[in-house]
Amino acid sequence: MYLNLLAIDLFLLAEKAVLILIVISVSLLVAMYETWGERKVAAFMQDRRGPNRAGPGGLFQPLADGLKLFAKEEIIPTSSNRLLFILGPGLAMLTAMMTSAVVPWSSHFNMFGRHVSMQIADVNIGILYIFGVVSMGVYGVMIGGWASNNKFSLLAAVRGASQIISYELAMGLSIISLLMVTGSLSLRTIVEQQHIGHYYILLQPLGFLIFLVCSFAECNRTPFDLSEADNELNMGFHLEYSSMKLGFYLFSEYVNVFISSAVMATLYFGGFDIPFVNSTWLADHWGQNALAGLQIVSFFVKIVAFIFFFMWVRWTIPRFRYDQLMNLGWKIMIPLALINMVVTGFIVLLHLYGWR
Amino acid sequence: MQSLTSRAKAVDRKPMTMWEKMYIPAIAKGMSITFGHMFKKKPTVNYPEKTRPFSPVFRGLHVLNRDEEGRERCTACGLCAVACPAEAITMEGAERLPGEENVYREEKYAAKYEINMLRCIFCGLCEEACPKDAIYLSETFAPSNYTRKGFIYGKEELLIPDPVTDPQGFAKARGEHQPTTAK
Amino acid sequence: MGITQVLFWFLSIMAILSAILVVISKNPVHSVLWLIVVFVAISGHYILLNAQFLAIVNLIVYAGAIMVLFLFVFMLMNLNSETEPQKNRWLKIAGVIAGGALLLVMVAALKRADLKTQVAQMNTGDIGLIHNLGMALFHDYVIPFEISSVLFLSAMVGVVVIGKKD
Repeated sequence: MYLNLLAIDLFLLAEKAVLILIVISVSLLVAMYETWGERKVAAFMQDRRGPNRAGPGGLFQPLADGLKLFAKEEIIPTSSNRLLFILGPGLAMLTAMMTSAVVPWSSHFNMFGRHVSMQIADVNIGILYIFGVVSMGVYGVMIGGWASNNKFSLLAAVRGASQIISYELAMGLSIISLLMVTGSLSLRTIVEQQHIGHYYILLQPLGFLIFLVCSFAECNRTPFDLSEADNELNMGFHLEYSSMKLGFYLFSEYVNVFISSAVMATLYFGGFDIPFVNSTWLADHWGQNALAGLQIVSFFVKIVAFIFFFMWVRWTIPRFRYDQLMNLGWKIMIPLALINMVVTGFIVLLHLYGWR
Repeated sequence: MQSLTSRAKAVDRKPMTMWEKMYIPAIAKGMSITFGHMFKKKPTVNYPEKTRPFSPVFRGLHVLNRDEEGRERCTACGLCAVACPAEAITMEGAERLPGEENVYREEKYAAKYEINMLRCIFCGLCEEACPKDAIYLSETFAPSNYTRKGFIYGKEELLIPDPVTDPQGFAKARGEHQPTTAK
Repeated sequence: MGITQVLFWFLSIMAILSAILVVISKNPVHSVLWLIVVFVAISGHYILLNAQFLAIVNLIVYAGAIMVLFLFVFMLMNLNSETEPQKNRWLKIAGVIAGGALLLVMVAALKRADLKTQVAQMNTGDIGLIHNLGMALFHDYVIPFEISSVLFLSAMVGVVVIGKKD
């Protein structure tokens, strides 16, 4: 019986396995070069040059950093909980990588006589899946902070986790108003709707702003990097970490930045849609494969723009104080998201009952 | 109270207006400033490839000079040691033996010549005191060292390469700004 | 065995094992972490039943939010064996009896229930899909749903009132 089952799915299985491999390696590569880009952007914004020793323009700097992290001494505190101490960064990395499963990277290729969809899983709860995985990401922080058996890292873990939970709420609420407009949770459907109509940033500017701010908070990026706060708060929850375990924590942040850029581009900026170009015309004249390739390029341009925006904000806006952070999350973001939700619902209902 | 400078500005403690409380204009302003800085000229000098030019009056590591034929100029008169405010210079004189005319220019020469670079303040008074133009301060820094002993420079370190046998090394050690004092 | 069955057995064993570990773990933080594993396994079961929405909501709400709050409390309390109050032996026996009675009731209730004819809809049912669930909640059962949401709101207001008292 299961042989039969496998025989049907074998091609699909191979296709998905290859796609997963590609997506994971691409997101790791992007995360790697985000570290380089971050340092370059920081340098340029501060009138410096940035890394320029390893390779042309410092392009091999991430390799050198990775090598350094691998070669460094690995310290596991004797009084720590060994298993959980190792599990923490692994969990952080795992949840960061898992999010990319529902992002549609392009329409589809026609290869080997098959429709090769450029999405690992088109589940009908796409966005909720992302939320589910992100909410599991808190455990990487919490377990790591607790297993270090250090008061400072424990406090930092609590600080970081409560920040992530608080902003998850506002993020979910801002998404709800978008979902009212789209009527679907599947990311592919949302993108296809934007192909035909206009980008949802035009319909949901406030929702986008809230989502943007919340994704800064979710990724622990600078205006909200309270959970690590390298200099004045003892490096936060990864205080006791060293070598590649520390590298995993830092790296998972960059993977998160990449994925949340991809999600924002998908939800509000048309995903893999090429702006001002009629994609059906392109598919007819240049072929579907060329179109899919161009769509990947277009999507990555959007993603890189968002990543740059993340960095730009990081090197402009100073860190919030913790009470300011909580006030912003609970007293401003959530009410704003609720208002946005009510207004959107009102307008959607008006449309439904024939007002144009 | 009178302000200390003309640029002092009173802090505005008015409660923020609604527009200001939104922070978004202020954030946009800050972001535009940082974005503008991306295209500014970088003042950094790529050090090992490019060096910043020294000023003509820069005083670096000492050099014991030779004349055109490669003979040491120093006669161990001790005027530099007298002039030195930090008492960094020690020397011992010796008389030139017959047959050493192509090595030492004068009849007396410095058999031992030491400068303690930890004491030296690079004031350049030794250079001014020297009647034979034998010592001057070049354009290099004293390199770091692991021991204090390593900072006591002897004749091997101080003496300039021979212009006859090693003209390139001589030119390099002499630097661009040559000593201008008497013959 | 099909893939579904393999997954079912894997998830069931995982759920039961980690549920046992929740109970027998000495360290309360470990208990909470095992409980999270239980939730993940149960979410897997939901997915097998084609109830993806329930699966994810289970993850978000229980594993993602409530368990984090549990973890907060346990991590910040100094739970050592020294500070743990010694429980009365009679209390322990009473606990065992109460638990056993509950088990008995449940077993009896399940024995009476007609389980054999109700086969779970593996992979085919569509009541768990978000569209149908939404229709059921907001169309067929609007009033109970709204009443329960009012209940939640009142609970939230109550918490704020208690918190503001001092």
